Amino acid sequence: MQKVTKSACDSCEHHNALGLKKLGINIENNDYVVALAGNPNTGKSTVFNALTGLKQHTGNWPGKTVTRAEGGYSYSDKKYKLVDLPGTYSLLSTSQDEEVARNFILFGKPDVTLIVVDASRLERNLNLVLQILEITNKAVLCLNLMDEAKRMDIEIDERTLARDLGIPVVPTSARSKEGIPELIKTIHQVATGELKCKPHRIKNIPKHINNAVEKLSSEIEKEYPTIPNSRWIALRLLDGDERIIEAVKTGEFITE
Amino acid sequence: MKTNKILNISNDLRWQIGEGFHDKLTEGIYSDAAQIAQNSVQKKGQQKRFRFDRNLDKIVTSKIWGFPIMIFILSFVLWLTIIGANYPSGLLSELLLNTIQPWLKTSAESLGINLWVSGFLFDGVYLALAWVIAVMLPPMAIFFPLFTLLEDFGYLPRVAFNLDHLFKKSGAHGKQALTMSMGFGCNAAGVIATRIIDSPRERLIAIITNNFSLCNGRWPTQILIASIFIGALVPAGFAGALSAFAVISIALLGISFTFLVSLFLSKTLLKGEVSSFTLELPPYRPPRFWKTIYTSLIDRTLIVLWRACVFAAPAGAVIWLISNVTIGDATVANWLIVHLDGFGFLLGLNGVILLAYIVAIPANEIVIPTILMLTVMSASIAGVGEGNGVMFEIESATATGEILKAGGWTMLTAINLMLFSLLHNPCSTTIYTIYKETKSVKWTVVASILPLILGFIVTFIVAQVWRIIF
Repeated sequence: MQKVTKSACDSCEHHNALGLKKLGINIENNDYVVALAGNPNTGKSTVFNALTGLKQHTGNWPGKTVTRAEGGYSYSDKKYKLVDLPGTYSLLSTSQDEEVARNFILFGKPDVTLIVVDASRLERNLNLVLQILEITNKAVLCLNLMDEAKRMDIEIDERTLARDLGIPVVPTSARSKEGIPELIKTIHQVATGELKCKPHRIKNIPKHINNAVEKLSSEIEKEYPTIPNSRWIALRLLDGDERIIEAVKTGEFITE
Repeated sequence: MKTNKILNISNDLRWQIGEGFHDKLTEGIYSDAAQIAQNSVQKKGQQKRFRFDRNLDKIVTSKIWGFPIMIFILSFVLWLTIIGANYPSGLLSELLLNTIQPWLKTSAESLGINLWVSGFLFDGVYLALAWVIAVMLPPMAIFFPLFTLLEDFGYLPRVAFNLDHLFKKSGAHGKQALTMSMGFGCNAAGVIATRIIDSPRERLIAIITNNFSLCNGRWPTQILIASIFIGALVPAGFAGALSAFAVISIALLGISFTFLVSLFLSKTLLKGEVSSFTLELPPYRPPRFWKTIYTSLIDRTLIVLWRACVFAAPAGAVIWLISNVTIGDATVANWLIVHLDGFGFLLGLNGVILLAYIVAIPANEIVIPTILMLTVMSASIAGVGEGNGVMFEIESATATGEILKAGGWTMLTAINLMLFSLLHNPCSTTIYTIYKETKSVKWTVVASILPLILGFIVTFIVAQVWRIIF
């Protein structure tokens, strides 16, 4: 376990925000890998730039990032590698950009998945969030574009949202760098295990399907006890996802 | 095998569940999302901003106004580029070509550097670089930030929305409108952007037709030729507007070719169903003006300029060499020009232009400088130019026009050059990108040759019709 620092200074947010070092593309010897996922046009690249100090081009149209972009920062003596994934609405279909995102979260085993959502369009964005939470246990929700939501008179109760989703929620306005220090701190806490997530699992599915999912998932867990996302693999197998069937055949997802 | 056991169980369970698993799962996710959102989101009052977005969208995506507004915005951006680029272009060429270049030559002379070496370096490599910077930097520095501002504002998805039904009719994917827009900046970038298209069939169509978007390497060619020949037809006050109109026409022609070729491909080589997709119209966001200017200058302008320079330097060397190395009693360049002239005449072009395109395969940006240099050399115009293979300085568009006219250029040559600049093989970077994206030699060849064949056909027809009429 990570020893949690106790001195007054170290636990002070202000001090720690100053402790951020943007490392740009210098991402060797990182301690943690953070995946950056979310719907298109929610400001992922802006968050990415705010954290890494890189100047990846950001644009106001969906589908701008089609490949993975990587960058890094260091905080509290730990080095973080940040991987900006293409924006997707779902992980259930098979276009190339969605596969890049899904394969990385599933097979790349990031230490933390940072999910960026548009606060003014929360409900629509939650579809992807719920799918990601099926895959991974360690996630942080970045409630971005809060400034826009405020202008549209939308208020979001972050605590309720965090409780419902079972992961920490940080409101930000990445364009004006608001909330970025809190975000960095929260990612750190989840990465080190200081904060434990209990992610929401999809509830509204018919009973007979749920039974099948649970049966298959426990079967997978029996064979591979270390696997963190047996339920997602079960869901995908039952959906007949060729890529996942292939991965089960080759044992890709159990390589440690 | 453990894995087989899992797969077997999974297969059994799939039989038990029956059809509709995917739909049930999706429904489950949606209703969970709705519940969670209901718990934590509160909407107060009227959404004024949303209403504003909606009203604006009603206008810019309307059936009547959508296209005129689109064309107007594009024309305005181009007009600003044409008007605005003239002055800094003049300044740059004065500095790089009239001041620094002679100084380099005299310095070389006083240092006793071999004439061939200094010719190769300063008349070949340096002049090519200086030309590319003087001709390309100003229009790019104006065009890219303007385009990026539109992009940040959120206009591009509306363009995609407007064009969607046309793409659908052409048997292509609506998202191709976005990749086509990217192509207006750079075809290689446009080809990479086609990854957002799910179906391989539609993606191939988008890749092959991306070259019909005039890229930034070709905008300057279009703008320069239009200003010289077409703008000159009317009084000076209207010249800018008419030139912009001519360039717009070429760009629109390119878009028509995108549709026609997409239709052709989807009816022949790439048959299949059109897939549907959802396009989210993002909210309009006020662009952060200075930041956009800064990043588009750094991200796009300088990167594209750098690439142009990397390709221009060796091309300059090649131009200088073929103009100075002789076969028998003619230079290599002259020999090639004479042999290409016959074919060039059929297309309403000439040997110089064809040779320039061959030399400029690495980068479209250097076509015009190459043409000028080769024209001067082959026509041996007295009083201009400094020697074989020297890309000389030209103070104004009018002077450029004089040289071209002396080289036997007519309005037909100008129009066909603009057409050929739209319809010819992609630059080497784009070809390489197409290969990387498709991993297929066959499709790379198709994508490279198809526009060239079209270019030959179109310029040939235009030339024949023109000669019958005039």
